[in-house]
Amino acid sequence: MTRFTDHMPPKFSFKIKFKFKFKEYSVIPGFPLSFSYSLIYLALFVILPLFVLIVKGSELGLSGLLREIFDLRTLLSFKLSLLTALVAALTNACFGTIVAWFLVRTPFPGKKIFDALIDLPLALPTAVSGIVLTVIYAPSGVIGNFFLKHFQIKIAFTPLGIIVAMIFVGIPLVVRTVGPVLMSMESELEEVALSLGANKWQVFIKVILPTIFPSIITGFTLAFARALGEFGTIIFIAGNMPMKTEITALLVYTKLEQHDVASATAIALGMLLLSFLLLLLINLFQSWTSKKVTGV
Amino acid sequence: MPMNTLASKAANAMITLVALSFIFLFLILPILVILQQGFSEGVVAWWQNISDEETLLALRLTLTVAAIAVPLNLLFGIMIAWTIAKFQFRGRELLLTLIDLPLAIPPIISGLMYVLLFGIYGWFGAFFNNYDVQIIYAVPGIILVTIFVTLPYVARELIPLLSKQGTEEELAAISLGASGLQTFWRVTLPNVKWGILHGIILCNARAMGEFGAVAVVSGHIRGETNTLPLHIEILYNEYNFVAAFAISSLFVSLATITLLLKGMSSEHHSKKH
Repeated sequence: MTRFTDHMPPKFSFKIKFKFKFKEYSVIPGFPLSFSYSLIYLALFVILPLFVLIVKGSELGLSGLLREIFDLRTLLSFKLSLLTALVAALTNACFGTIVAWFLVRTPFPGKKIFDALIDLPLALPTAVSGIVLTVIYAPSGVIGNFFLKHFQIKIAFTPLGIIVAMIFVGIPLVVRTVGPVLMSMESELEEVALSLGANKWQVFIKVILPTIFPSIITGFTLAFARALGEFGTIIFIAGNMPMKTEITALLVYTKLEQHDVASATAIALGMLLLSFLLLLLINLFQSWTSKKVTGV
Repeated sequence: MPMNTLASKAANAMITLVALSFIFLFLILPILVILQQGFSEGVVAWWQNISDEETLLALRLTLTVAAIAVPLNLLFGIMIAWTIAKFQFRGRELLLTLIDLPLAIPPIISGLMYVLLFGIYGWFGAFFNNYDVQIIYAVPGIILVTIFVTLPYVARELIPLLSKQGTEEELAAISLGASGLQTFWRVTLPNVKWGILHGIILCNARAMGEFGAVAVVSGHIRGETNTLPLHIEILYNEYNFVAAFAISSLFVSLATITLLLKGMSSEHHSKKH
């Protein structure tokens, strides 16, 4: 950007002279105040707590950390959390895309209300969603009873219940990432493809899907990460049997209730590390697919 | 809005059916069940449950916590949005990542981090203990974790809005002799007032509803460190479903207001830009 201001000599500069230029000159005032205020606030509320978690975790030593993480109960909780989050995020990716398509492209009266409803899981406290989902999917509940009677399947207090809770919290994440992409897609592209003789299915597979696929993966990733960390919605419906229906977040909570801070810290660090690794993997996969798509 | 030239009538009907069933099952049915359970013993019982003494104490605590956390994060959100959107400097990306961190960290771990800082064996636990100030298992801890989990909301709302508006209007105001504060109050703020409102609403909804992080640091002392969401848990675990759902119905109305205002503010912005 070249503006007339860029060529003027700086009126004020930072007392500490950096070898590199820290900040572009601007006549707009307030940078020192707003920058230092933001930085101090972030340092106190975000950096310091994260730092203490890492330091306290490393005080346990590698062997201490590994001993906590490779405890059978912890490993089973990891397995349960990962599997249920995976199923829930896949379900969300599928149905979230359909819902986004419905909201953007299908004519329907009163669609605005449905559109607003999508964000309900973000607006409702997790404890509230937790108890209501439990009541609905419990053996005596509306849906729970139906499944028990007709399919002999128990939903609440089994891993299926955990998946239901995770799907609930993930809904807005997929719909809100896929929706805007569908919205901004040019219908000309599809018309051209159709007029060139492609059938509708081909247009969907070769024109629409490649465009929205990266956003579906992003939505999947967000839903997956949210499901892995979710606590409030899940603990009511999960049943919370150690080794069976105990998610990792609950295990950390239980350890804290027992004042076993060291174990809680180790498991929490393992959980954070695992989810960051998975997110990294998914991001790599996404950049690989989008390269492939744009390369074609 | 692109119209659907692709899908046939049958496909459209299919998509509509699947989407509507999904929305009904996961979003509408829960609301109906909350209201039905909350009012299942009549309006009088509902009112008695709401005006129960412990419930009112929990409500007071929840309102207090939100009244402290939301303004602090509002000020922070405005400050950091101004910093990031109006200036070019090194480390902007890093600041953006730091703002998003509270959303990426599971609530239980957020609570744990504050226990590690202020708990009895925490870094500052002994220090505050000397002055007889209790933070964990007390109200200050609840306020601190609430600030942490709601920190990103106003900032994330404002940064894109302020960035999109650029700096031309502010430069014009300043070159005409306005002071920094005048520029901010009269030029910048009126442009983003809906965004600020939206940020406050989202921040407030999360502050009043946070469960996991608060559960870790609260200690569940009835009438003292029991927020409304924690009180719902206690009532539910005591099989007092009607009371738990009566309070939940309050949160349904809060969520309705949140979603309505959100729709209004995003409509305002999409019209303007």
